[in-house]
Amino acid sequence: MPIKIVVTSVLVDDQEKALRFYRDILGFELKHDIPLGQHRWLTLTSPGDPDGVELLLEPSEHPAAQPWKDALVADGIPATSFGVEDVHAEHQRLSALGVAFTQPPVHLGPVSTAVFDDSCGNLIQIAQRH
Amino acid sequence: MDLDRLFRALADPTRRRMLDELTERDGQTLFELHVRLVSWHGASLSRQALSKHLQLLEEAGLVRTEWRWRSKHHFLESSPLRQMWDVWMRPLAGPPEREKTDADQDRRDERAGG
Repeated sequence: MPIKIVVTSVLVDDQEKALRFYRDILGFELKHDIPLGQHRWLTLTSPGDPDGVELLLEPSEHPAAQPWKDALVADGIPATSFGVEDVHAEHQRLSALGVAFTQPPVHLGPVSTAVFDDSCGNLIQIAQRH
Repeated sequence: MDLDRLFRALADPTRRRMLDELTERDGQTLFELHVRLVSWHGASLSRQALSKHLQLLEEAGLVRTEWRWRSKHHFLESSPLRQMWDVWMRPLAGPPEREKTDADQDRRDERAGG
């Protein structure tokens, strides 16, 4: 394979808070936590897939990051999307943990999706393929 | 009520479809409404264009927006539709066909010595 996707990222307000959300609530597993200047190289992988694509929790430090994130959230646009087996079950599980949804599960053609707030300045979509 | 503005808002099939989608689920964000229009109707519509359509519907009073936390949600406002009907359309449209038929039937019954 000449090129492959190894890492993808979300811009988070606070790396420590993001780690708690993405690991403890969403259920991803910590892969790398390396000090890097005043921040960390902080990546997670899908549960049970430590060699899979890593999600980088990247500090949203650039001055343009905040207006950009705010504009996406205002229009309900997710920063990224994760796959789930059962979007209704996941909606129920996350709601019980206090996660706020801007869009409850909706069946849209080949997928059912829902959108929630990651508490770090982003909306995240979960999608189940039919 | 601005009748001209309301009819202009309703004169566009995309905007009528947006109202239909809000009837399916009220309180949608721009993102959800856009995904719905594109995936169900195959509409080739940019989010910017959708945003302009929404603004027009809002100015006509057919859509109301509400901020929930940091996201803007859109709700169908149906009272102007009822007003359009009551103020201008119903007087022109006359009674529904069924009522007319019933009234005719009543008159026939009366004539028949009922």
